[in-house]
Amino acid sequence: MAELWTGYVWPVVIIIAEIIAIVLPLLIGVAYLTYAERKVIGAIQLRKGPNTVGPFGLLQPMADGAKLFFKEIIIPQGASKGVFLLAPMMTFTLALIAWAVIPVNAGWVLSNINVGVLYLFAISSLGVYGIIMAGWASNSKYAFLGGLRSAAQMVSYEVSIGFVMISILLCVGSLNLSDVVHAQEKGVWFIIPHFPMFIVFYISGLAETNRSPFDLPEGESELVAGYMVEYSGMPFALFFLGEYANMFLMSGTITTLFLGGWLPPIAVAPFTWVPGIIWFALKVCVLLFGFLWIRATMPRYRYDQLMRLGWKVFLPLSLVWLVLTAGVLEVFGLVPN
Amino acid sequence: MIQALIFYMFAGITVASAVMVISARNPVHAVLFLILAFFNAAGLFLLLGAEFLAMVLVVVYVGAVAVLFLFVVMLLDINFLKLREGFLTYLPTGALIGAILLVELVLMGGSWKFAADAPLSVSTRTPDMAMITNTDALGRLIYTDYIYLFQASGLILLVAMIGTILLTLRTRPGVRKQNIARQNARTRETSVEIRKVPSGGGI
Amino acid sequence: MSFFDRFARDWLLTEIWSGMAITFRYFLQPKVTINYPFEKGLLSPRFRGEHALRRYPNGEERCIACKLCEAICPAQAITIEAEPRDDGSRRTRRYDIDMTKCIYCGFCQESCPVDAIVEGPNFEYATETRAELMYDKAKLLSNGERWEAELAARIAADAPYR
Repeated sequence: MAELWTGYVWPVVIIIAEIIAIVLPLLIGVAYLTYAERKVIGAIQLRKGPNTVGPFGLLQPMADGAKLFFKEIIIPQGASKGVFLLAPMMTFTLALIAWAVIPVNAGWVLSNINVGVLYLFAISSLGVYGIIMAGWASNSKYAFLGGLRSAAQMVSYEVSIGFVMISILLCVGSLNLSDVVHAQEKGVWFIIPHFPMFIVFYISGLAETNRSPFDLPEGESELVAGYMVEYSGMPFALFFLGEYANMFLMSGTITTLFLGGWLPPIAVAPFTWVPGIIWFALKVCVLLFGFLWIRATMPRYRYDQLMRLGWKVFLPLSLVWLVLTAGVLEVFGLVPN
Repeated sequence: MIQALIFYMFAGITVASAVMVISARNPVHAVLFLILAFFNAAGLFLLLGAEFLAMVLVVVYVGAVAVLFLFVVMLLDINFLKLREGFLTYLPTGALIGAILLVELVLMGGSWKFAADAPLSVSTRTPDMAMITNTDALGRLIYTDYIYLFQASGLILLVAMIGTILLTLRTRPGVRKQNIARQNARTRETSVEIRKVPSGGGI
Repeated sequence: MSFFDRFARDWLLTEIWSGMAITFRYFLQPKVTINYPFEKGLLSPRFRGEHALRRYPNGEERCIACKLCEAICPAQAITIEAEPRDDGSRRTRRYDIDMTKCIYCGFCQESCPVDAIVEGPNFEYATETRAELMYDKAKLLSNGERWEAELAARIAADAPYR
């Protein structure tokens, strides 16, 4: 009995506690990202943004959540019911489970696996399914077009994301995300040698999370709301949360790969006193502010230009950079291990 | 014990979803079940300690190949009832191929059991997993012993890609294309001219 | 040289950076929003809002049932029925305005010879039912009583320009 407790039950309890410790702050962050988005875009457009529900409108996300929770779930006629309801759940879950491998502080990671980068890449390549399933299951032409657009867009930009990741991995010599950060501890943050790839990765991240200026799958001016036209209530909320959780995930990935994860900018006294998780959160916040700032600045891309940018600009650029990185590492004898 | 339980869960779902792939009425559902099967196969790889293979299976098959499958199935209006019509006529051939595959699989497993020295005849051994990581081991094999085969498979894919592009490439005359470099090169001086228009005079 | 200049500008994303700089500058600027239900914008004395029927300071109705407003109303939103009152003066028995028809052109107040029907400054009179927007004489007179101070001030403010 005691063996059952220490061998099976207790580890499971620990794991569940760890999962909650990751998911709960993430969900609160997602809720307040929607608030921050409305405030930031409001400020850029000289508006105030939400300021009525609670002090400074801070309870606005809760009010929105409660509203969506009590709305009716409408399933359109002719929809494939199972797939229709599965799609939002999948989008939301995938955005959360990727956090299992992202180290938020030295040693603070749910699962320190050796193929962390590949895991992240695999999860982000699955994200397209939620959208394509939603588009197909809705039995609506707008949703279907949105789903197809999104699938093509995400598959295209995943390629250059993959190549950028490989360039980073060449400098690290390991697929483990904690090792990626440790490699930056010894040298400089990878944003400095790989700055062009940082830009490529960031823009690809915008396309990957279907954010403006690449929010063609939603395209409210031509596709009503794209793949989520037919959704209401909680399934819609799950899509919404999933999109914002994906933004968090993308920022977390960029922070880990380029901005030195939990490391302070300079390893001297006043900076090293701050705990690593604060640095991590700070970097994620700066990147997220960039997402919102770009949304308030850029008009939406045209679809053929989006594809051109992905295949004719980013893909060759990241390939050339990959070869360049490998060459420099080899010539100067910097290959890790 | 727990590992065995997880194995049977993954294996059971793989087999069940594989059955659903060929029995589902709706082609899109069939593809979705195929994805589920891929997923659980990746889980089986993980149980074997082949984490790299598991992730690559998800990235390549689930993330790219199955998406294209889904595209084709969604876009083409396939009448699956019509496809089923010839089912009985093809049954013998299909059953034969299936039987051959099954026999080969049994022989493979049997060699493990009855010829204990068969695994030793493999030219390249699996390195000790405790010493190096999965990715490392695979890299050492692919880029040393099997480099020519690896490059050849890459070439085959390249040829296939070029072939596809050639087959679908058409040059249509008279198509107006956007020249982004030229658009960017336009300046205010070359595109806008401000003139004073006298009233009643016109330009 | 201009080719290199152009090339560098394109690949260093100068246009995107300058665009981002502009939006960031606006991000820091003070907001221009009026916090509506708590703060309100300035209304011109000529603003044409909800209608009201006014009375003379001694309490007598101004309207003399001349029906000029009914005649001029382009949306035909006004219905008037008139009859002599017991003291012999000509007054309306019925004065209805269908607020769902009204286009707020202000012709009624322009045509009124005694400044009886006016459009006031009130624009917050949304109702829950359609029937509540069929204003009758009692409603219009009560509007007049409620807004009289402001209505008189508006007419006085606009008087020099007429």
